[in-house]
Amino acid sequence: MLKWITLAPLIGALINGLFGKRLNEKVVGLIACLSVGVSAALSFMQFGKLLSLPADQRVITEHFFTWIQVGAFRADFAYLLDPLSGLYILFITGVGLLIHIYATGYMHGDPGYYRFFTYLNLFMFMMLTLVLADNLLLLFVGWEGVGLCSYLLIGYYIKRKEAGDAAKKAFVTNRVGDFSYSIGMFLIFTAFGSISFVAKDGVPSFLTQAASRPVEALWSLGLMGGIALLLFGGATGKSAQIPLFVWLPDAMAGPTPVSALIHAATMVTAGVYLTARCSAIVVKSPTAMTVIAVIGAATAIFAATIGLAQNDIKKVLAYSTVSQLGYMFLACGVGAFIAGIFHVMTHAFFKALLFLGSGSVIHGMHEEQDIRKMGGLRKYMKITFVTMSIGWFAIAGFPLLSGFFSKDEILWKTFTAEALPHGWGKALWAVAFLTAGLTAFYMTRMMWLTFFGEERFGKGHDAHHGHGGHGHDDHHGDHHGDKGHGHGTPHESPLVMTLPLILLAVLSIFGGFVGVPHALGNIIGIHENKIEHFLQPSIAEFHAGEHGAAAAHGAAAESHGAPAVAAEGAAKPAAAPAEAHGDASTELALTGLSVLIGLVGIGLGVLIYSKKPIRHMPSVLENKYYVDELYETTIINPLEETSRHVLWKFVDVKVIDGFVNGVARGVSELANLLRYSQTGLARSYAAVILLGAIAVIGYFVVKIFGIQIGI
Amino acid sequence: MNIITLTTFLPLIGALVLVLYSVVAGREGEPNKLNNQYRYLTLLITTATFLVSLGILTGFDRNQVAAQMVVKAPWITSLGTSYHVGIDGLSVWLVLLTTFLMPLSVLASWHVEKRVREYMLFMLVLETGMLGVFVSLDMFLFYLFFEITLIPMYFLIGVWGGERRIYAAIKFFIYTVVGSLLMLAAIIAIYYYNGGTTFDIVEITQNFATKRTAIPFPVQRMLWFAFALAFFIKVPLWPLHTWLPDAHVEAPTAGSIILAGVLLKMGTYGLMRFNLPLFPEVSREAAPFVMTLAVIGIVYGALVAMVQPDMKKLVAYSSVSHLGFVVLGIFAFTEQALQGALYQMLAHGISTGALFMCVGMIYDRRHTRMIDEFGGVATPMPQFSTMFLIVSLSSLGLPLLNGFIGEFLILIGTFSSDVPYAKAFAVFGGLGVILSAVYLLWMLQRVLFGDVTKRENAELEDMEWREKVALIPLVAMALVMGIAPMLFLRGSEKAVNKVKEAVQINAPKVAEHR
Repeated sequence: MLKWITLAPLIGALINGLFGKRLNEKVVGLIACLSVGVSAALSFMQFGKLLSLPADQRVITEHFFTWIQVGAFRADFAYLLDPLSGLYILFITGVGLLIHIYATGYMHGDPGYYRFFTYLNLFMFMMLTLVLADNLLLLFVGWEGVGLCSYLLIGYYIKRKEAGDAAKKAFVTNRVGDFSYSIGMFLIFTAFGSISFVAKDGVPSFLTQAASRPVEALWSLGLMGGIALLLFGGATGKSAQIPLFVWLPDAMAGPTPVSALIHAATMVTAGVYLTARCSAIVVKSPTAMTVIAVIGAATAIFAATIGLAQNDIKKVLAYSTVSQLGYMFLACGVGAFIAGIFHVMTHAFFKALLFLGSGSVIHGMHEEQDIRKMGGLRKYMKITFVTMSIGWFAIAGFPLLSGFFSKDEILWKTFTAEALPHGWGKALWAVAFLTAGLTAFYMTRMMWLTFFGEERFGKGHDAHHGHGGHGHDDHHGDHHGDKGHGHGTPHESPLVMTLPLILLAVLSIFGGFVGVPHALGNIIGIHENKIEHFLQPSIAEFHAGEHGAAAAHGAAAESHGAPAVAAEGAAKPAAAPAEAHGDASTELALTGLSVLIGLVGIGLGVLIYSKKPIRHMPSVLENKYYVDELYETTIINPLEETSRHVLWKFVDVKVIDGFVNGVARGVSELANLLRYSQTGLARSYAAVILLGAIAVIGYFVVKIFGIQIGI
Repeated sequence: MNIITLTTFLPLIGALVLVLYSVVAGREGEPNKLNNQYRYLTLLITTATFLVSLGILTGFDRNQVAAQMVVKAPWITSLGTSYHVGIDGLSVWLVLLTTFLMPLSVLASWHVEKRVREYMLFMLVLETGMLGVFVSLDMFLFYLFFEITLIPMYFLIGVWGGERRIYAAIKFFIYTVVGSLLMLAAIIAIYYYNGGTTFDIVEITQNFATKRTAIPFPVQRMLWFAFALAFFIKVPLWPLHTWLPDAHVEAPTAGSIILAGVLLKMGTYGLMRFNLPLFPEVSREAAPFVMTLAVIGIVYGALVAMVQPDMKKLVAYSSVSHLGFVVLGIFAFTEQALQGALYQMLAHGISTGALFMCVGMIYDRRHTRMIDEFGGVATPMPQFSTMFLIVSLSSLGLPLLNGFIGEFLILIGTFSSDVPYAKAFAVFGGLGVILSAVYLLWMLQRVLFGDVTKRENAELEDMEWREKVALIPLVAMALVMGIAPMLFLRGSEKAVNKVKEAVQINAPKVAEHR
């Protein structure tokens, strides 16, 4: 059954890819949505099946076929459904389906319609393979596969140069991360003889084996720390963290539904998934945890500051995504994997909502993406405005909306982090806290410039077709712009687009209630943190000073075929409250503070941008801290110049070939001298070679006979 | 008749038929019509050879270590050489790769108009030569076939090549002849060391398992080196590679396909067939040095490929990089690495053959291969572009396509190898995987994507049926090899393990799990 979850969209992709050109738009859209629909239905069914199992045995495995088996190395097409992958497939197929439906409207009239849905379905196949894989290599298949689809979809408008550039940049940057991932995988195989999340051929999963290892000392880098950091290196590529985040903002050159699905809700969270999946290794290295937490927090604030100064609506959201991903890694770094995954989920809801909303705005504005040229749109597109506002409040951490719970949980876990050096948790909390304020502020700026204030699109609008510099979705010819609208008038999008917005808005409001933190839950009367309870068996916890105590548990879990990570988590009563690490009143006080800073961010935003919407921002922010330029001048250009002028034109042509040709010339001149060359170059060479050969053979023959006599 | 012999000599028989036919029909036939007949005849012969070679596959027992379908007949008894052919896990897939690529290469040669008969003749002789190399179980015979392949290839480049074809052909010839003559000397020496009675590879390998200790180590080194040099040049291993870009650029499309697809593999095959089993100690001793060169080749080839303005040269340098992986894997001596190396040979044959075919298709249309001359080709040629993209992705090692399996197994096998510095080699070799994405995607972007900037490119015709027939089997094979590698790996498993065991003598066991 599990394989069909992945195969359904693949079949959709095959049908549309092979025959889509001859099918009409409706059929193509139907096939695409239907295949994802099937996948979603199966996912919900399997999830139900998972829930019906006892909490500590929630594992469903399925073998499809043996992919690679060489000596002790084995990687199968085999699937693992456990709470972690279960949660992921739910929101991937759920949000994925909504975005597919939205896209049937958004891409309406595009000449590459079938191509678009082929790629989008292929993406679903790869993404689901990624999360359902039962081993690191199949996960890697999905990992590179989603990268490929991302490449194809960023470069979807093949005639636009910047789309091609962005696509290539995304792929190559990801490859740098994948390199790190691969080395991590090699290290795991060499150390444990397994890359599987479950026991195979009598070899326990590497996660089980890792669970029985002692925790490494802080600031030392042992095997566990090395593996954790290498895998995290892979995650920095896919999930756009420092230093490999540069591709994601450029990726906005793809059509907007792609930005929502791939570059916000699903693919970019694959790194968080990987880190959580391998939590058993990560928790063994406080060093790695510290690095992950610091990079996460740094990325969060770094991207948030850039987000302050962007004028392209999608770029604002892109940097916001990078920033939110930083939060998720911060959570992983402090050992709060569940909080990180929780944020992945709520983020999938509100960020997909915001992106699709922005697509609706762009659509309604006839391909305008610059928020400086918008304003006052709330009159024209009410549904988009209301739903996007919900997303805005959710990301800003407005109480009781989804983003509030997950962000609050991360902040609290950071504040009380045990794995990090003393005091670092509080420092990182401060960074994350500040970022929360910035987030509220830049989102308010974006919303205000788009929906409030005066309309700034009137006059200049005639010229918009010719205006370059921004990534316009150029699929719109005249097919929709003139459905009874004056050309310059913004309009609300059709129902196929607004309906997904509404549904995502509902999820953004209520999605957080599955993970209400304990202290807060006691006040509002929700006493169980469902998501924590549910995910615990898939996640390992950090235990300071633990020395292989979990070994026995690990072996026990393995005998059930469980993915092993669970070790201590499953064995303990799941409700083991977080309060042990700090008191409830502090937690509530911090919650209050983060609500406050969210509100302050929104308030300041409104105050500042309602007075004067267009403001000059520091150019260092507008230019994204010149990171692209830095990479260009320090890595890319030197590499290219060296390759061209040193390796090729000097070493290859001058040194090696010079030597070869020199020898040849020397020989031929010698031959000339000996008058062997009257009949042309080739023959003289051949003759010389023959002579040389005879000499060499003669030498060997004599020598060999000599030696043989000697023996 | 023995199926190995039949497969090997069917092309040669076909060549004779072609000559006879041209003598009979050539007198009165119209040149154009005749040329077409030669083409179809050659296509027929090569296709028949492929079909016959499938019989090898069905008869092949993958659980057997020793050579199968063997023929051993006395030949020049005074020399101790016999006609001894057969296949085992090392050679079976290379034989099939050869017979698979040949009909496709003939299809890719359809536009050759100059001396079609001779061209096809050389193609057929070449095929027999290449097959002979892989099926020979006698050193003398092996050497003979190894050298025979030189001649048709020399002429294919020298007569049907581009502007600097003479230079390239001679360079190709000299480089390879220098190496192979040394090998001849070594073969003769080994013959004497083995007692001076036989050239039989199976027998000698068996004897050497114990007898080689009688040979002074410095002499073993020399003999190893004589073989290795011949094969390194053929591969080609950095820094012996400079003949390759020239040969590729000047060769006609089919020449490039065969050169990259099969001829280079004769080098890596030779290393696995001779160097490792015959001289395990020297191989182990040399491994860190060879791997260093291999890793340099991987990175260097990729970097130089990146800055090539000519597509064909780019693909040629990418071969240097990819074959570096193969050599790296061979000298890591682990099962994963050796299997990966063998797999990478096949995968490279498929994807680089397909890349050359794609470049050939654009060249046929525009008579230039300069990347600058293109841009936006995807607009007039969408089908071609899709194929070119898939082929490039397979070459850059995307999972679920053929290139990934080999590279991955090589790297993970190298990483877990006990050769000194193996981990570092795997890590630096892994950089090649990043770089291959850079040079291939950059090329694609400049050739296929963006706006059509040159008027000549606006009206390019998409693939015709003949081109599809030639390219689609390669693309299909790339997919099959990526999704179901066990189909192939199980066939080579036994033979590879034998090589591994031979070379793992006295070596500490590679870390078992836990």
